[in-house]
Amino acid sequence: MKQNNTTKGDSLIIGSRKFTSRLMVGTGKFSSSQTMADAIAASGAEIVTVALRRVDLTNPDHDILSAIDPEKYLILPNTSGARDADEAVRLARLAKASGMEPWIKLEVTPDPRYLLPDPVETLIAAEILVKEGFTVLPYINADPILAKRLEEIGTATVMPLGSPIGTNRGIITRAAIEIIIEQANIPVVVDAGLGAPSHAAEAMELGADAVLVNTAMAVADDPVMMARAFAKGVEAGREAYVAGLASSSRVASASSPLTGFLRD
Amino acid sequence: MRDALASPRVEFDDFLSLISPESINHLEELAARAQRLTRERFGRVVTLYAPLYVSNHCSNSCVYCGFNVENRIQRRTLDQREIEAEARSLWEQGFRHLLLVSGESRKEVPVEMLAQTAKNLHSLFPSLSVEVYPLDVDGYKSLVDVGVEGLTIYQETYDPVIYAKVHPGGPKSDYQRRLRAPEQGGEAGFRRIGIGALLGLTDWRYEAVCLALHAMWLQKTFWRTHISISVPRLREAAGGFAPAHPVSDRELVQMICALRLLLPDAGVVLSTRESATFRDGLAPIAVTMMSAGSCTEPGGYTEPGSAEEQFSIEDSRTPAEVALMLERLGLEPVWKDWDVGYLQDDGRDGGEVQG
Repeated sequence: MKQNNTTKGDSLIIGSRKFTSRLMVGTGKFSSSQTMADAIAASGAEIVTVALRRVDLTNPDHDILSAIDPEKYLILPNTSGARDADEAVRLARLAKASGMEPWIKLEVTPDPRYLLPDPVETLIAAEILVKEGFTVLPYINADPILAKRLEEIGTATVMPLGSPIGTNRGIITRAAIEIIIEQANIPVVVDAGLGAPSHAAEAMELGADAVLVNTAMAVADDPVMMARAFAKGVEAGREAYVAGLASSSRVASASSPLTGFLRD
Repeated sequence: MRDALASPRVEFDDFLSLISPESINHLEELAARAQRLTRERFGRVVTLYAPLYVSNHCSNSCVYCGFNVENRIQRRTLDQREIEAEARSLWEQGFRHLLLVSGESRKEVPVEMLAQTAKNLHSLFPSLSVEVYPLDVDGYKSLVDVGVEGLTIYQETYDPVIYAKVHPGGPKSDYQRRLRAPEQGGEAGFRRIGIGALLGLTDWRYEAVCLALHAMWLQKTFWRTHISISVPRLREAAGGFAPAHPVSDRELVQMICALRLLLPDAGVVLSTRESATFRDGLAPIAVTMMSAGSCTEPGGYTEPGSAEEQFSIEDSRTPAEVALMLERLGLEPVWKDWDVGYLQDDGRDGGEVQG
């Protein structure tokens, strides 16, 4: 896996696993399985999320999973399409029963237009799945209180949205995401709405631990090149954050300390 | 028109100008914007489905339809064994989304039979939809409860006067009952509802406006349900009906693109009524679901010629050929986009459904 020199050793830890890439990718909306596989490879991602409703074990020729090498990537099944906690929990169990790792990207999106997550059902499902031993990565609106509630329950991350899925509008929830990051003791992954590498960089500059990108890569004229561009955006944003952005410090520190005259 | 195309979000007034006769001169720009929106919201994918005609018995006398009760045609209702044979043939061709279709004969095809059929087929087809006579909320609920997730019911025409003319007899002559059906379905809890107008019966702009309003209302009211639209053009069928208001290819593209701009999240379904050339052209612009290799006669997949078809199809390519063409157009043909696991603990046995 490609690793950046300046941020060497800067790894992302989720649950009990360690990752070097801070870019996760989704697998929907691509023009072909081959394009998807090439884009994933170019992104350097180690975590790849797959909608369980697309998985067809009875039809290997048309199955989305057959294009992703489970040796190379952590396949993170997601419950996209679930309308309530019951459905999401059932799908997660089904994934586990079919031999996938007990990791689940929890998506409870009762509204098929904007695919916005239902906070109540997400919390209920997360609690059940955590108790059953799943590593749970919940997709949520940028709600700082919900993020803390999920952390208390024991989810592995929180994944607040930058803007509604597929809209490419960037981080319109910036103020709330800043609070989530400030308060979190678990990784914060900005998910959904990142339409350009600059959006991904912005999320990382804010201090997000990772981002998840799908539509912007899948529908680009050249998904592979776009995947590379996102990888660079994420790296640049992370380096800037680690390096210490002048504007990101919450407590002002003047270059010559104002209180330097004090002797003790 | 220019303003409408340039506005960041197309409102209803913009939509009206987009379907105006002048706007057809800006078809290329309209199509470009429709394509951008479709890609953004749905990606470079088209979901494939197949219709399975259960019966062509019908008590209606719709003047444009091959199943018209007055047509002396070979009638047939498939039994469960025959349905399964048809279904298996479609499954082997790759389909995992199935649409059960039937003429309006509650005696030949009672709702209990549809529910039983759905139960039997669920292990093969994760996604089942129905396109049958209107039911009340309880009737629809009995289908939702066995895992039918989609309802397709077209108003055919929103013009009540024309409606009465082309639906002179049978229960379908009740305009209001038909109009209310999608909302009964929404109340019953279908996850997907498809509405549509049959083009050729009256001015397409009138249908476009009504269809758009209907879709918008359904989206707001049944916010958990995904709404899709379809605007099939009338085709030749037994009875020799000729449409009074034919719609040109360019007009149909204008209409569908304008609907896409107004309703970016709505599914757009394109059936085999349209020609291969037209479907290949429109698929990359605005389509989200396509049928392929369809037979519109009951039993047609395994015993072609054993009963009369509802209408003649235009795109007669096999599903594999359609899929290959989609790939050439830079679109992924999606065969499975639903899972029984959403509704059943033991997702694979087609048995008890909870919730």
